[in-house]
Amino acid sequence: MIDHLPILQVIVPLLAAPICLILREAQLVRWFTLIASVFAFVISVLLLQQVQAHGTLIYSLGGWDAPIGIEYRIDQLNAYLLILVTSISSVALLAAGTSLQKELTERKETYFYVAYLLCLAGLLGILTTGDAFNVFVFLEISSLASYTLIAMGRDRRSLWASYQYLIMGTIGATFILIGIGMMYMMTGTLNMYDLAERLPEVQQTKTVFTAFAFFMVGVCLKLALFPLHLWLPNAYAYAPSIATVFLAATATKVAIYVLLRFIFSVYGFEFSFSHLPLKEILVALGLMGIFAASIVAIYQNNIKRLFAYSSVAQIGYMILGLGIGSKTGLVATLLHLFNHALMKGAIFLALAGVVYRVGSVNIKAFAGLGKQMPWTMGAIVVGGLSLIGVPLTVGFVSKWYLVLALLESNWWPIAILVLVGSLLAVIYVWRLVEAAYFRPALQDSAPYKEAPLMILIPTWILVLANIYFGIDTSFTVGLSEQISASLFGVAK
Amino acid sequence: MNFLEQYNYWIVIVLMMSGFYIVIAHGNLIKKLIGLTVFQTSVFIMYISMSKVIGGTAPILNEAYKVYSNPLPHVLILTAIVVGVATTSLGLALAVRIKEAYGSVEEDVIQEKDLQQEGSQE
Repeated sequence: MIDHLPILQVIVPLLAAPICLILREAQLVRWFTLIASVFAFVISVLLLQQVQAHGTLIYSLGGWDAPIGIEYRIDQLNAYLLILVTSISSVALLAAGTSLQKELTERKETYFYVAYLLCLAGLLGILTTGDAFNVFVFLEISSLASYTLIAMGRDRRSLWASYQYLIMGTIGATFILIGIGMMYMMTGTLNMYDLAERLPEVQQTKTVFTAFAFFMVGVCLKLALFPLHLWLPNAYAYAPSIATVFLAATATKVAIYVLLRFIFSVYGFEFSFSHLPLKEILVALGLMGIFAASIVAIYQNNIKRLFAYSSVAQIGYMILGLGIGSKTGLVATLLHLFNHALMKGAIFLALAGVVYRVGSVNIKAFAGLGKQMPWTMGAIVVGGLSLIGVPLTVGFVSKWYLVLALLESNWWPIAILVLVGSLLAVIYVWRLVEAAYFRPALQDSAPYKEAPLMILIPTWILVLANIYFGIDTSFTVGLSEQISASLFGVAK
Repeated sequence: MNFLEQYNYWIVIVLMMSGFYIVIAHGNLIKKLIGLTVFQTSVFIMYISMSKVIGGTAPILNEAYKVYSNPLPHVLILTAIVVGVATTSLGLALAVRIKEAYGSVEEDVIQEKDLQQEGSQE
């Protein structure tokens, strides 16, 4: 059993999806999905324990050793992200039943869970596999499932958002396919660790450069790096609330994992950062993302879209940390991956509560909500403070490491820009706080009740995690530093 | 090296760019999907042609056949074709639902209706 953990991690949600179709009954499916997701979470915790105790786990699928068979390889980076994805997925599912009752018809609910589980299986597959082509396949499984999830939104604009995401996502995935094809052409292998061994021999050929460029652009489309982020705001704004929670907290993070894995483990740091102006490109795009998306966020009236733009800005911080190209910078990126998932998970879950009671996320609907829904709005405020980077929240920890990394490399003008970027977050969070706490409630409507407990509890689990990991940083920082050291260790 | 020697790659490039152009330039959702399919197909052709060995046969375990083409990319592309079919059908299903919801499959009409909807909510 313990030996088969890497494959169980993927196969449990993958098999749970068709079983949901057989169960049909929405009530049953809801609990079944939750159990499957919690089971996946337990597996990921066990995997991390195994990795910490015995080092990298290697699992040959069907007993065929690499490079003939597909190999699953779990090291600390994989295990760290597996825990992140499965935990957020489980917490979001706690609230799913209540929230979806309002947002979907019962017939659609079962299909929602099927797509959700497939999306989860795809994301977990990307995280476990050690085979480049397998990454593409799982990427498409998760993407196709997320297009479906987004299209289930109540508003007809969700259809249009999903269609746009489908077009851009498919272009991105095809670019990745071209990149992988060219790598195979030059090396004759698809196994990531074989690739890492054989690529240096052919490093100076144009084909390898082209493969790298195609692959990077494709992945950056998937992770919504500015200016390739156009699909993201509408997709997050109009998807069902629970789908937004799950996708905002996990999908882009997994794409960043792919980026890290290929930059560090496959191509190697030397190739990625020395032969190409990747550093400059990533830093410039990261900064532009932070500013452009934060400024656009300030002008949004749809609060879900506001926080979606803020996600694009936060991705900018992660890419900036990566672009510094130092160990501390990578630690900042890894921390922000985890922390941003906690913040956005909490905020979007609280917004699910608002949708449940108020039915709208327009800023006007928030007038007076601070008094009527104190716990929900409290959660959004703590999440917002975390986005800004106030001490005692997780946002502070990752910003601290980012600024530290920038100062270490003597890039203090950029450190100042990062702080200015945080001020922009103050503005958009303040707009919401102002509406909720300082504006009188609308006269013509009866006061809204607090969000139902089944949404509040998961929201506050994440809010408390925001504060807990902001104070006790030993788990996140310790693990991030180990991962960063090992990724740079591979490179040298 | 002769300019036309590797004409298969030229076909790939032409197909890829025309597919990409259709996706960007056309406002009709169905035409966009056709462009997307052409774009994907060009990559399939790239995979298939790169593994072809001239004069090679299918990989048959027999003394008579010494030279054979690499079967692996062909298998990979079978997977990619399935993914492509799934993507296209999902895209078409979305187009049908967009037509039901908006009454049109033209990008500019949809965007105009969205703008009106947002304007009326302000």
